[in-house]
Amino acid sequence: MKIEFDWKPLLLVPVLALVALPLTGSFSTWLTLTVAGLAMGMIIFIIASGLTLVFGLMDVLNFGHGVFIALGAFVASSVLGLMGDWTGSQELWRNLVAVFPAMLVAMAVAGAVGLAFERFIVRPVYGQHLKQILITMGGMIIGEELIKVIWGPAQVPLPLPEALRGSLLVGDAAISKYRLLAVAVGVVVFGLLAWTLSRTKIGLLIRAGVQDREMVESLGYRIGRLFVGVFVVGSALAGLGGVMWGLFQQNLVPQMGAQVNVLIFIVIIIGGLGSTGGALLGALLVGLMTNYIGFVLPALTQFASIFLMVAVLLWRPQGVYPVANR
Amino acid sequence: MSTNLLSLEGVHTHIGAYHILHGVDLAVPKGQLTMLLGRNGAGKTTTLRTVMGLWHASQGRVRFGERDITALRTPQIAELGIAYVPENMGIFSDLTVKENMLLAARGAKNAQQMDDTRLAWIFKLFPAVEKFWNHPAGKLSGGQKQMLAVSRAIVEPRELLIVDEPSKGLAPAIINNMIDAFDELKRSGVTILLVEQNINFALRLGDAVAVMDNGRVVHSGSMAAFAADAQLQQSLLGLAL
Repeated sequence: MKIEFDWKPLLLVPVLALVALPLTGSFSTWLTLTVAGLAMGMIIFIIASGLTLVFGLMDVLNFGHGVFIALGAFVASSVLGLMGDWTGSQELWRNLVAVFPAMLVAMAVAGAVGLAFERFIVRPVYGQHLKQILITMGGMIIGEELIKVIWGPAQVPLPLPEALRGSLLVGDAAISKYRLLAVAVGVVVFGLLAWTLSRTKIGLLIRAGVQDREMVESLGYRIGRLFVGVFVVGSALAGLGGVMWGLFQQNLVPQMGAQVNVLIFIVIIIGGLGSTGGALLGALLVGLMTNYIGFVLPALTQFASIFLMVAVLLWRPQGVYPVANR
Repeated sequence: MSTNLLSLEGVHTHIGAYHILHGVDLAVPKGQLTMLLGRNGAGKTTTLRTVMGLWHASQGRVRFGERDITALRTPQIAELGIAYVPENMGIFSDLTVKENMLLAARGAKNAQQMDDTRLAWIFKLFPAVEKFWNHPAGKLSGGQKQMLAVSRAIVEPRELLIVDEPSKGLAPAIINNMIDAFDELKRSGVTILLVEQNINFALRLGDAVAVMDNGRVVHSGSMAAFAADAQLQQSLLGLAL
């Protein structure tokens, strides 16, 4: 009996990149777009990883996930606003010292709000999909209004710290410094998630619960508590993703979560509901596709991800890495 | 005289609008293997799921020893020392055999902390579990999955083992292996409640028997007496052993 890994979906990323190479006109443009696409993909993955586990573990459709993105970004804007001396410095380490606590505070606040969101909004509607969609969307609207109350309804700037602005030149290609940081943060988050899911008992429980939560309970584990933990971590990761997305866009609006929501649902559907590896792959594909199409056929940018989702689902109706037993 | 480890008194269970169990009275004597027999749709699986708290009794009492477990949640019931192997085996296909076993060993944080002596005993009962230790459980054959499901249930000592149709869909040679394994389990002193459709399986292993029909237990007693009464078998199951 051989252990076989399904490599075919992984090939989609290099295939997409290779197909885009002649269409973008030059290697340097292609390289710039590819790094930008990977960075965008990594940020979307950070946001989507929690959502896919929440859906996989408890069959909960949380359309309010976007509020944690916006919350994380706005909290970070306040923290970074207090650290003007550090963000204004030309030294990279001082910039990172400012960004790191902003990320931690954003994650803590988003996680805490996630705890309340699960208790008062999600828990009363377990097992009722229509009500889940309606009430979580309602929760997001309330969250957006509360953000307007605290930070005001106007657009809030979130400038990049000094040393993270600009690009590095690789040949003729300009590679944004911040996008490299986003890729690095995404790799670290994926590494930690992959390690937790594959090497710890909590991770085993999460993977098992995604497949058959009734059996996990029959083995003596309280999956409800596990779910709360995953929901809080997922919310915190969305908060972190919000910080990354906010710095990526450099402007914040209270509705930013709702705007990203569509993308992350596309990503988890492409990846296979409940699959973390699938979410990473889906996020990278969406990030690359958005950047390539945005350059080659700008009028179709908004539809690029939907085209991609349709194509993937025609090939694999359950997503690229469907979770067994679902 | 043996005491009862598990007892159900007048248990009714509803699933949605359907009334499935109509006052089940069942006693599982400590240290014995009790066979729960009956035609398809008689309510056997519902009875097991009600004991495990996966569906809750709308009326009546479920007792484990002296404790009333009727209203307890499934994890609490499992923590009392009841292991359950469902009809679909409940194998986590994306996990390896080792990971499936580690999950069931609640006291172990990693594979190194699992009880080696007990694992050696399980490997002797079911060599396939050792052979495919690091393989994905989803790649196992039906018989190997059933062996893993039972191994998982006994990876730590439990007071009561509840198994739903362990011979379902298995080849005769595998069924014989399974019978030998349950025989060994009986000798280890664990109490077993087993739902079965395979009458030879029931005859060779059962100490006590309960027969269900239309959501009720319509006969209970010793397996030996049941096996000797062809007329009773004919009337209850429509066949003779």
